[in-house]
Amino acid sequence: MAKADPGLVARLKEKSADIAKQLCDMTYHIGTAHVGGSLSMCDFTVALYYHVMNFDPKDLKNPDRDRLYLSKGHNGCLIYNIFADLGLYSKEFLYNGYNKIDGKFGQHPNRLYVPGFEASTGSLGHGLSIAVGAAQAGRMDRRNYRVFCILGDGELQEGSNWEAIMFAAHHKFGNLVAIVDDNGVQGNDYTSNTVNMEPMADRWRAFDWEVREIEDGNDMQQVVDAFEALPASESREKRAPICLIFKTLKGCGINFMENNPKWHACGLDEDTLNECKLSIEQTKGDGR
Amino acid sequence: MSETWDFGTMLGKGSARDIFMHKLMEISETNKDIVYIAADGSPAGSMQDKFRKKFPEQFIEVGIAEANAIGIASGLALNGKRPYVNTFGPFLSVRATDQINLDLAYNEVPVCVIGTHGGVTSGGGPTHYTLSDFGIMRAIPGMTMVAPADANQCGKLIDATLTYDKPLFVRVARGEEPLVYENQDYEYVIGKAITAKEGDDATLIGVGIGVYNAMMAAKGLQSEGINVRVLDMHTLKPIDAEAIVKAAKETGIVITVEDHNIIGGLGDAVAAVIAESGIGCKFKKLGIPDVFAALGKPEELYEYYGYDAKGIIKVLKNFMQNP
Repeated sequence: MAKADPGLVARLKEKSADIAKQLCDMTYHIGTAHVGGSLSMCDFTVALYYHVMNFDPKDLKNPDRDRLYLSKGHNGCLIYNIFADLGLYSKEFLYNGYNKIDGKFGQHPNRLYVPGFEASTGSLGHGLSIAVGAAQAGRMDRRNYRVFCILGDGELQEGSNWEAIMFAAHHKFGNLVAIVDDNGVQGNDYTSNTVNMEPMADRWRAFDWEVREIEDGNDMQQVVDAFEALPASESREKRAPICLIFKTLKGCGINFMENNPKWHACGLDEDTLNECKLSIEQTKGDGR
Repeated sequence: MSETWDFGTMLGKGSARDIFMHKLMEISETNKDIVYIAADGSPAGSMQDKFRKKFPEQFIEVGIAEANAIGIASGLALNGKRPYVNTFGPFLSVRATDQINLDLAYNEVPVCVIGTHGGVTSGGGPTHYTLSDFGIMRAIPGMTMVAPADANQCGKLIDATLTYDKPLFVRVARGEEPLVYENQDYEYVIGKAITAKEGDDATLIGVGIGVYNAMMAAKGLQSEGINVRVLDMHTLKPIDAEAIVKAAKETGIVITVEDHNIIGGLGDAVAAVIAESGIGCKFKKLGIPDVFAALGKPEELYEYYGYDAKGIIKVLKNFMQNP
């Protein structure tokens, strides 16, 4: 498999570090956010919006755009920062409109308030069925846009996901890609302590999905390679839908947060913010 | 419709389930955005099966997975389609409440959910009764809750859904039900009650099968010189407050009739409108008295719980004898 262009990887890596820092800034300004899981999915989400997807912030209704459904809606805060960075709105607008009665930005994204989100999500176990509907719409319309759905490993404890998983395999959507942010930590504890979800890949395979595991889902090279290895999105083609399992680190980039359930959602004071940024520069910024 | 309503014509029966499938077949010829979603509801030879064969691209069978059915419908609607999800009412209204609440209502997408076997019409016992759909859907912001009075009205409703850009839950009965309106020459608007029969002595407000039961009660009362008004409150939400207030003011007695738990349904909706209007009137809610309803045939259950014609007449006469 051809390796992605090193220049591209370096640029995306830099962007991911930048977005991680912006997320920390936002958390400092607004008081609290779901930082842990946002950082675990930061690298592949940055790759999606800045490189992989056909996504034009100036043309959000383009019928051929790729769709991303964020099933783990509590990490909408990461995408708020990406959208701000892409020029959809200003940082001031984001900070001033967070969790306010007349604001647009909640802990969980509302598509009607924040253009760019394909669906309003937050309650876990909803996104994949919606994404399947989008894949079916693409098939009906003979459009080859790709439908991505980002799920958490803990979220897969919700039974509704498995209804969608078996349906998608039965109908063989060639335009659907599920992404598991497999950081091994759920709201309060390690997933393995709560209700074990391993072997994750085998579970999807048993449901007839084509599974591709990314050993380090926070390594931009591996992330980009995984996306570039995807077959072309063909809505009419009948083949096993693809599940990308990114093994990630919750709180990735901030040494004291990494793999620690305590940082699922948190606030940051000024000293902690500075520590976070320093840590991101030292880890995500260098050759890690 | 007036005092001259010919009760003699109320002899026919019709299946709302057949009517809406026929309608959807007809519409799908030209409207390629229609998607019919079944949940283990397309046996060989059925109307659903015919739909699948005729419009394979516009048909989805999800199997026994109602939550997924609603989620998929949301994803389709978010991408320009007009989905109709249909299976047993209890499995949509209760099991898939979460998806109806968030994927449809919170996302504000035009999906029509059709729950069959409404009320106790399944005869299948509490697991297969639909007795809380009115209450649940009324409590979901942005949801519309409709229960046509008969099969023909269901056809009119399907026409109305084509330009209705909000999520709605439609409750229909199991199969062949009496026709309230053999003459279909009336205007049907979602959210606007129909005066099925004029009258000033009292008002019976029905929904779904409750309208037929109310009409039968009206028929019995008419022979005794008691002239009651019957309102067909086919839309539970948004409710036609104007028609309710007018009826309370003009007739002084209001009785609601529904094949639903008396908590959360038509009776509560009507009571709230009357109470907030400040008009005093005699009032009674008829329906299932907050129990998991007994086993039996629908007609036996209407009688047992007192919301058949006989039960309605009894309550009304009691009101009239004790002014």
